[in-house]
Amino acid sequence: MKPFDFQRAERLEHAAQLCADEATKPIAGGTNLIDLMKLQVETPQTLVDIQRLPLGRIDDTDDGGLRIGALATNTATAVHDRVRSDYPLLARAILAGASQQLRNKATTGGNLCQRTRCYYFTNIDQPCNKREPGSGCGALKGIARLHAVLGTSSECIATYPGDMAVAMTALGATVEIADAKGRTRSVSVRDFHCLPGDTPWRDNVLEEGELITAVILPPPIEGRQLYRKVRERSSYAFAMVSVAAIVAIENGRFTRADLAFGGLAHKPWHDPRVSELLLGKEPSAQLFDAAADVLLDTAESYGENEFKIPLARRTLAAVLAEATGVEL
Amino acid sequence: MPITINSRAYDLPEDNRVTLLDFLRHDLGLTGTKKGCDHGQCGACTVLVDGMRINSCLSLAAMHDGDHVTTIEGLGTPDAPSRLQQAFVEHDGYQCGYCTPGQICSATAMLQEIASGWPSDASESLEGPVAATGAEIRERMSGNLCRCGAYANIVAAIEDVAAQEDAA
Repeated sequence: MKPFDFQRAERLEHAAQLCADEATKPIAGGTNLIDLMKLQVETPQTLVDIQRLPLGRIDDTDDGGLRIGALATNTATAVHDRVRSDYPLLARAILAGASQQLRNKATTGGNLCQRTRCYYFTNIDQPCNKREPGSGCGALKGIARLHAVLGTSSECIATYPGDMAVAMTALGATVEIADAKGRTRSVSVRDFHCLPGDTPWRDNVLEEGELITAVILPPPIEGRQLYRKVRERSSYAFAMVSVAAIVAIENGRFTRADLAFGGLAHKPWHDPRVSELLLGKEPSAQLFDAAADVLLDTAESYGENEFKIPLARRTLAAVLAEATGVEL
Repeated sequence: MPITINSRAYDLPEDNRVTLLDFLRHDLGLTGTKKGCDHGQCGACTVLVDGMRINSCLSLAAMHDGDHVTTIEGLGTPDAPSRLQQAFVEHDGYQCGYCTPGQICSATAMLQEIASGWPSDASESLEGPVAATGAEIRERMSGNLCRCGAYANIVAAIEDVAAQEDAA
């Protein structure tokens, strides 16, 4: 680990001011950042310990939603009574990720900002446009098993690795962000992460000096909530494909189909065309297939991740079948 | 504020790069906590911080001022082992023993999590009561790897203690 200065922020504005320097990073749970610092993928000159800022609460909002503080741990969120009863999709997604030890430290804000697990990104001997702009993408012609099939660019085919944000994307949650001047802004979680394009080093829309303060969940949504994660072992592994779904059927037809996908792209994937296709129609295996056609119409694979395209199709069908009782 | 480890107060290290794991092992000589992967993947370094299990390799000691840490040395001694320590011996829950301190620290917290009714990925219901079944134990202990593959006996040891606690 490279030497760094260590500071503790007692107030949010102070933390944001310190983090306005591009060589300064905030640290809370540290489960991703410390790992990347050991690998010298991250080499901040200064770490700002923000874990004592008062951002750990989970509170009801006035409209019946839920405000999850940026420093609420993944464990605190997953075991929260209202998350379990009103947002089971979110509890399920969090519990499907990492290990209990990691969830006990990992925070809401840190989880949203976690970096890709692309093996070329985490190995400083390999080219990576995300870590070292202009150095090339090792994965494009290399081992691309974990990698994206949607929204890729010629610069980067990395995936966003998390589960929590996939559930939040299906739920249509909002990320609350504060800056060094005490201003706040809100961004839909669906717009929080970026596609790689020609700026693959940019994971999300946070500007320097901005800190996530909370994620706001909308009031509880009617419907069946499911999170299905397909991975290479049954626990403690990243998603190859995951599907988050909130589905409602009335009079035999879809009245809600809010879907988000993990493991497919540089961000939790949300394609409004998929729910548009499903709404008002009777669930059937043929319809689920047509939904997958729309979801995957621009999908492109890079050798080893070719399996993800049929896997996404099958996982989507399996989730919709489970939610609607249709037999495949 | 100092850090409290197994009920004893210590000053934090001067070098802010020192992880909690290296602080325990290298600076304090508490070598019961093991360094396996040093990247949060194996669980050998699991300790309890204010009762919660964490990977001590992925945490800076400097971020633990005022915290209360319990390591395997704080759970029991050869003369007065904890129930889990005793059960691991009785069930032969190891081969080489390197992962064992992490397994036992992890299981100690896990039984408390089950007692608190916290669900896991293996739980049928998010809101129902939780039992320490084999499937629940395997899921909840997935952050602790055993390269010798002593899993069957590790699960048996934990099941045994869970049943004793249920009966108590």
